[in-house]
Amino acid sequence: MTVVAVKDVSKQFGRGGTVALQGIDLEIAEREFVSLIGPSGCGKSTLLRIIGDLIQPSSGSVVVNGKPAREARIDRDYGIVFQDPVLYDWRTVGKNIALPLEMAGWPRRRRSERVREMLDLVELGGFGDHHPWQLSGGMQQRVSIARALSFDPALLLMDEPFGALDEMTRERLNLELLLIWERSGSTIVFVTHSISEAVFLSTRVVVMSPRPGRISDVIAIDLPQPRTATTREEPRFFELVTQVREALHLGREAESIA
Amino acid sequence: MSNVAPVAVQPVPCGGMARLVGRRVWDWVPAVVFLVLVIGLWQGLVVALHVQRFLLPKPSEIATTFWDNKHDLWSAGWFTFQEALGGFALGSSLAIVFALVLARWRFLGNALMPYAIAANAIPIIAFAPITNTWFSPLNKSSKIVIAAVLCFFPVLVNTLRGLTSVRPQDLELMHSYAAGQVQVFRRVRIPTALPFIFTGLKVATVLAMIGAVVGEYFGGAFNALGVVILDRARTFQFDYAWAGITMACLLGISLYVAVSVVERVALRWTPSTSD
Repeated sequence: MTVVAVKDVSKQFGRGGTVALQGIDLEIAEREFVSLIGPSGCGKSTLLRIIGDLIQPSSGSVVVNGKPAREARIDRDYGIVFQDPVLYDWRTVGKNIALPLEMAGWPRRRRSERVREMLDLVELGGFGDHHPWQLSGGMQQRVSIARALSFDPALLLMDEPFGALDEMTRERLNLELLLIWERSGSTIVFVTHSISEAVFLSTRVVVMSPRPGRISDVIAIDLPQPRTATTREEPRFFELVTQVREALHLGREAESIA
Repeated sequence: MSNVAPVAVQPVPCGGMARLVGRRVWDWVPAVVFLVLVIGLWQGLVVALHVQRFLLPKPSEIATTFWDNKHDLWSAGWFTFQEALGGFALGSSLAIVFALVLARWRFLGNALMPYAIAANAIPIIAFAPITNTWFSPLNKSSKIVIAAVLCFFPVLVNTLRGLTSVRPQDLELMHSYAAGQVQVFRRVRIPTALPFIFTGLKVATVLAMIGAVVGEYFGGAFNALGVVILDRARTFQFDYAWAGITMACLLGISLYVAVSVVERVALRWTPSTSD
């Protein structure tokens, strides 16, 4: 089943402004883990935000879960994780996770049960009564992931969620994210500018190039599941990293010719 | 909020009176020493330089007069305090409601804010004789109105500032949940604005007391603090006038402290109030 269908989407900011995206076609199936990768300015975050109906495309259409993106947003079909954790300081960690549940009108008891489950899922059991500023950056981002997953969305949109974290934390969270993905059975669209992160996590890597933003290549990642810390040491991993890197460079050459 | 917060996981701070006041007893020592020094210096200079009583009475005289007349001063102070409190409550609540409306319908804000800022520059206390004729000087309402108008603008400007200084990403998250305006205000704008609102309220406590006392200088009930201060100063009982001013200070400070305590309780979640 197709979860996301992007058809001929273009985006221009302002009249006569920069063309952020041009002629984007992309279909994402259920249970896929798709990474959007490219240099800054290639429109990968813009594409993610268009899929989430946070901004409107200039032309083209986006269908999520078989309905227009706007309807999917109103039906809360997706959870979103931003680069910044975007936690509300005036709420405890538990209440931050419960936020989308409150808005969906879940009864209190079901909410607190769910919050406990989510805290366990992201391994933050016992931190429910802390405030966000009492947690480290990596822990805050895990709270943000728990919040996005709390209402069981079919789709998880992630906009460079680990971009601000150090390499060690990032690799650990990568592993955790794969575990969560396995357990929750959701579909993930993941924006990153790290090649190794994209290869390690994804079932498919969408390579984008800038000016105008477009898809220059799509690379299937055939590394076996489940992936572990040793996956990063396999020869096939390095081959795929090289393949993505070359695709990125080809995109840049195409740009300089054009 | 920074992306890379300190790694340490601090314990959730616990309650208690010390936390409400925000300081330990030891932290108050410098302030108390300073106060004692200033009063001692005042007393010493007045004695040493033979300052005339009507220019500046000795603190000891003021204290004695205050103690001897504490019941009269308290009753006058309480009368004026009610005016200040009424004005504070009326002006602040109107200002908050007004700010909510202006923040919700931005075109109204754009149309009205320049006038609100201009009105803020008016020395509102100058209207005291006018409100005295509107409500009769003996009526508390005339001072309540002055105090309310004085409180209105700082609370309005601060609240509006708070309601509109929401981080864009906080709103984007709400947008992703398809939240309506009521939800956005309840869950994001008002919590974000709370620290700003309290800043405005604390300024307003001081202004409310000023409004009530100065309003009474233009005529008020026989048993009002401003009238008492004015009458005693006219009849050269300066120690009594100073004792009245001391009472006004104490009441003003207690209103300020009361709002600060509410602020500490309401903003328990902020990092800055818990260390």
